[in-house]
Amino acid sequence: MLWYLFKRILQLIPVFLGATLLVYFLVFMLPGDPLAALCGEKGCTPGVAAALTEKYHLDDPFLVQYVNYLGGLFTGDLGVNFSGREIGSILENAFPVTARLAIEALVFEGIFGVIFGLYAGLKRGKLFDSTVLVISLIVIAIPIFVLAFMLQFFVGVRLGLAKPTVSGTAGWGELILPAVVLGLVSFAYVLRLTRTSVAENANADYVRTATAKGLTRGRVIRVHILRNSMIPVATFLGADLGALMGGAVVTEGIFNVPGIGSQLYKALTLGDAPTVVSIVSIMVLIFCVANLLVDLLYAWLDPRIRYA
Amino acid sequence: MHKYENTDTTPSPNEGITEPTRERLQPEAAEHAVAGNQKDLPGSALAVEHYIADIDETPVAATDSTVADEAPLSLWRDAWRQLRTKPTFIISVILIVLAVAIAFFPQLFWSEDPSSAECLLQNSNGKASSGHIMGFTAQGCDVFSRVIAGTRASLTVGLFATLGVVVIGGIIGAIAGYFGGWVDAVLARLGDIFFALPLILGALVIMQLPAFRENRGVWTLVAILVLLGWPQVARIMRGAVVEVRNADYVTSARSLGVSSFNVLLRHIIPNAMAPVIVIATISLGTFIVAESTLSYLGIGLPPDVMSWGNDISDGKDAFRSNPMPVFWPGLALSLTVLSFIMLGDALRDALDPKSRKK
Amino acid sequence: MRFSRISTFASVAAISVLALSGCGGGTAGGGETDSSAIITADSVEPQNPLVPTNTSENGGGVVVGSIFSGLIAYDEDGKPQNDLADSIDSDDNQNWTIKIKKDKKFTNGEPVTAQSFVDSWNYGAAVKNAQSGANFFSPIEGYDDVSKEGSEEDKMSGLQVVDDNTFTVKLKSPQSDFNLRLGYSAYVPMPESAFKDMKAFGENPVGYGPYKMAKEGAWQHNTQIDLVKNDDYDGPQKAKNGGVTFKLYQNPDTAYQDLLANNLDVLQQIPTSALGNYKDDLGDRSLDEPYAGNQTIAIPYYLKNWSGEAGKLRRQALSMAIDRDEVIKVILNGTRKPATDMTAPVLEGYKDDVKNSENTKFDKDKAKELWEQAEKIQPYDTSEKFTVAYNADAGGHKKWVDAVTNQIKNNLGIEAEGKSYSTFKEVRTDATSGKLTGAVRSGWLGDYPSLYNFMEPTYTKGANSNDSKYDNPEFEKKLDEGLQAKDKNAANKAFQEADSMLLEDLPAIPLWYQQANMGWSESVSNVKASWNGTPMYFDVEKSS
Repeated sequence: MLWYLFKRILQLIPVFLGATLLVYFLVFMLPGDPLAALCGEKGCTPGVAAALTEKYHLDDPFLVQYVNYLGGLFTGDLGVNFSGREIGSILENAFPVTARLAIEALVFEGIFGVIFGLYAGLKRGKLFDSTVLVISLIVIAIPIFVLAFMLQFFVGVRLGLAKPTVSGTAGWGELILPAVVLGLVSFAYVLRLTRTSVAENANADYVRTATAKGLTRGRVIRVHILRNSMIPVATFLGADLGALMGGAVVTEGIFNVPGIGSQLYKALTLGDAPTVVSIVSIMVLIFCVANLLVDLLYAWLDPRIRYA
Repeated sequence: MHKYENTDTTPSPNEGITEPTRERLQPEAAEHAVAGNQKDLPGSALAVEHYIADIDETPVAATDSTVADEAPLSLWRDAWRQLRTKPTFIISVILIVLAVAIAFFPQLFWSEDPSSAECLLQNSNGKASSGHIMGFTAQGCDVFSRVIAGTRASLTVGLFATLGVVVIGGIIGAIAGYFGGWVDAVLARLGDIFFALPLILGALVIMQLPAFRENRGVWTLVAILVLLGWPQVARIMRGAVVEVRNADYVTSARSLGVSSFNVLLRHIIPNAMAPVIVIATISLGTFIVAESTLSYLGIGLPPDVMSWGNDISDGKDAFRSNPMPVFWPGLALSLTVLSFIMLGDALRDALDPKSRKK
Repeated sequence: MRFSRISTFASVAAISVLALSGCGGGTAGGGETDSSAIITADSVEPQNPLVPTNTSENGGGVVVGSIFSGLIAYDEDGKPQNDLADSIDSDDNQNWTIKIKKDKKFTNGEPVTAQSFVDSWNYGAAVKNAQSGANFFSPIEGYDDVSKEGSEEDKMSGLQVVDDNTFTVKLKSPQSDFNLRLGYSAYVPMPESAFKDMKAFGENPVGYGPYKMAKEGAWQHNTQIDLVKNDDYDGPQKAKNGGVTFKLYQNPDTAYQDLLANNLDVLQQIPTSALGNYKDDLGDRSLDEPYAGNQTIAIPYYLKNWSGEAGKLRRQALSMAIDRDEVIKVILNGTRKPATDMTAPVLEGYKDDVKNSENTKFDKDKAKELWEQAEKIQPYDTSEKFTVAYNADAGGHKKWVDAVTNQIKNNLGIEAEGKSYSTFKEVRTDATSGKLTGAVRSGWLGDYPSLYNFMEPTYTKGANSNDSKYDNPEFEKKLDEGLQAKDKNAANKAFQEADSMLLEDLPAIPLWYQQANMGWSESVSNVKASWNGTPMYFDVEKSS
């Protein structure tokens, strides 16, 4: 088990290198000249353009830029972005905010998705099942930017239940509304996944055995049906944590959450490679760790699964 | 352990008696029979802690004989026999056929070709009228014909992106989960890298590739969505395969000398498909919507390609004063997703050996 | 410090009281004006550190404009008023003598002297500092030496300090509107301490202006920037409130929602998505005034359909095929004014009927006729589809581009559509390098209130923003004539003639003049738009 853990952690190194290389390359390939963004609509003088090119090493070939970046990384220096700010300090401010947002969204979709899905799976074809089907259809069919504006307008402005935007501190409470918006689509996934798994397992032999031996309905559901239905759900949730953090661009923009989504989008539109790569590589690490946790969870959910 | 069992068995007397009844009956019949009975049962009077099955109602013999009889039928043939009588399956197939027909022959459905019809500003946000049953967009275009015309692009994006991720993600996930070891490590980590790529970054770069730069369109979008979407299916497939590969029937098949590949193909993948089908049916919808989110960020389909996503994105600005241009393409999208979800559910039920047995 | 904390508290209290009382009605919310109350306003994260010579976008611009004052300030109509300047004189429009007011201090206590100006201007011009505003110093003699690629020079020979309160500026050639430019933010003075550590200065800038940074670290990145009133400021823009907190938004629609929820006092620009509702939402708490900005569609001359004699006819046809009034009424809810020339109405010397302005009037039949004429000279190549490029990352352009291209399609019978670029830099890259495949949305926002500023950067050969690559020596001669003119009227007359040359050739199709379209909360009043469309924050009064 420990050996397995060690191997998995060792794998992070090639993943990290691969991801940074790939992302750096993609940003390098981005269309448009970063100088055009730096100089604005009115443009720079040729002298200033040359000075900026040198300052941000925009003329260096791709590999040189990448190696420079990696070199800085190992000395703990992520470099500066196009606004002259330390990327390290940007991440320090923005990351916890997005992490809070993603965790809240994950908790929301996990809890509600599983509960609703479980109930719908047990009562297949009933009114409740059809109702949640319609709800998940609505959630899937309305793009997040429309949904976010609707919720922001009705909950934030008309009803005044929450502020339409998040303050600079972005505390847990303020992030509830954005987190619900962010988690809605995944909620539909979790719900449908749980429902299907539950429906399938409800017919399994061991459930019949458990019921036959006289366990209460509650215990059968909790221990036998639910636990055995959780593998796909856990897999999804594990993969979703990273997706939520990286996919928060639209939600963060609409609720004005000062997280990494907005930084990433801005850096992308500017073609600011070091910032993009720093953000994405942290995201990759989070992915790997979340997936490792999920893999360990498999063994707990289903004792037949073993890791050597 | 023992202690827990005791505490668990005492409460909820009502459930204690009725639910086993349900489990005992087979699902098809049980749905109706139990639904009616449940309420009538005086729960407290029948509160028995340990239920003993009624011999008459336990069709042991029938089960065995059925399996023996049906075994020669192929999995798919059997599924088909079950499917063709299911109303949800029939409805979903009708809806899908309709959507496909609209995608192929939009001219049979619209009253005017929206790409050549004039959009006049005096009709901006106009209410529904005869000949324009869904009203007008902010630009004064006919909503109905745009919804019809948008079917092709949206359906193509949804279907092919889904197909792509299921095939690529499914194969990679199945191989990773089945073989484990270094194969798993490499494939899973590759998935992590791709999954961590922001959709916008991928979209921006891919659209710039020489093959796509000049004809940015539906297929560009499909490529983007597949490239960045396959790891999700792969993860789910891998998880399901990891779960199934330790199942008893796999062990028995293997000990019977079935080749590794055949075990994977015939025993593991069919049994691991259920969550993938769920993900695929929902992804179909989210892919169609993703196109609209990309349009919102300015990197979706070009404006001359009509799609539900483009229209939803365009209608958003006037949403508070005129929500209908968002509502109608949204409804079309919902119906499409609904029919695929129903199809997926029916298919899964039909393929699942546990619910198919009788 | 204590001051700032108390006033922040007061403003928070004011907001919550209003929220409790629900609809306030009226403009001032009923309370008394509190000159120490802090107003909240929307902005975006400044792109660069807050160094005046390196600030060329709106996010940094509003902050720099609030904490730095220059020689002159522009009033609501763009008329210059002396701020730090005592006098700005020249006999020949080439040699200028500038006297500044005595005993003015930066907010860190350093005196404002003639040397502060000269140092700041030299800093801004020197290429080694790579300042985006360097171009503004280009008329000064010696600029070419300091701006050469790789130059280490940082002293322009045209700038001389005479005494503590006087300096002289020698220009390369006469510029009749030079004094008019000096209110632009690149020309403000910075204290000596700035040059020792510009990086630290950019985070915590110190200037002489109506406001100052509330404290060290008042710029909370991506969240807000806190400014408080500078009590020592004594000029035409004295603040009537206790300070401004700029909330930094990622999305203009969001700022509007905050305004509706009374979380924001002053909104710079109503977003396009709210244009249909804002009159109902805000009642009389909004304004709609023209400012010095315009929107055009630039059509490059390197496109073969649009060059030569046939191209000129087609440009005129295109311009006449656009029903500006209808687009403005339907799509923009009447919040713009149809353009009849290449400049903007608030500028001195603007005329709404310069020669050839009839080319901007909608006339479907005339358009068709001109198009037919062009066809006879050179048939239209349909393989080169007419597109209008715009960037989607800023939002709001798609709607009007779609409407305008639809009109062109309907009225001229040619294929026309919008072409969305995902990012601003992509459009700019293609536009400046001459790689556009169609027209591009363009336009100008005045740096300083002068007709010249609307034509020189956009239509002279080799200029950065000359997207159509227009090249007309006659036109440039006219502009020069205006610059050399002895008096203002003669100058403006020459500029008007240059303007009508553009209206004949139409390197860009003028669409409309921009209008400041701002909204405000129930707790503030006296919100006005400046000549360039930004709110005049210092004039806003907030009730307690």
